[in-house]
Amino acid sequence: MNDCDVKLYALSTCIHCKDTKEFLRTCGVGYECVDVDKLGGEERRQVIEEIKRINPSCSFPTIIIGDKIIVGFRRDEIKEALNL
Amino acid sequence: MMSVEQLYEMLKKIQEEKGYYFNEDKVKVFHLLEGLLINKERYGYMCCPCRLSSSDREWDRDIICPCVYRAPDVEEYGSCYCNLYVSREWNEEKIPHAFVPERRPIEKVLGKR
Repeated sequence: MNDCDVKLYALSTCIHCKDTKEFLRTCGVGYECVDVDKLGGEERRQVIEEIKRINPSCSFPTIIIGDKIIVGFRRDEIKEALNL
Repeated sequence: MMSVEQLYEMLKKIQEEKGYYFNEDKVKVFHLLEGLLINKERYGYMCCPCRLSSSDREWDRDIICPCVYRAPDVEEYGSCYCNLYVSREWNEEKIPHAFVPERRPIEKVLGKR
């Protein structure tokens, strides 16, 4: 089991984000999640800047696993990054 | 406000006539349609549930569902970006369920941020 930090930038309405959340839960992986569509104003702008630094196309989900960045619900890449 | 079921029935009729079918996974479809209704409430238009709205209807015109990228995505991958609208062949698993990359130009994605 992984022991690295997992962070997810998501949209609450997005199906690929929902699939990613469910997949991480199924794998028993704890994660921090930010639903960007639920943010407003300055907080939203700041988070978008954070995402752009790691994923210039600013698409969802953007997943950080340790030092790896995965864009989109890429099951195999997520498993590999988690050493599962 | 329209219910998800009402939206489903309404869109199904209109879009199937155009050759676009809802994904057979109704749980996913209903989640996406609920997202469309949420976005309609939030922004005043049914912005794509898998993309972040700019809150500017004119700017987001290309990603108001069904988005302008649906036709080329269904043509190339058998599915739109969200896996909401698919081809008959995709539903019948006659073509692989490939990852659909973002087709919206990056300047449109980032332009209003």
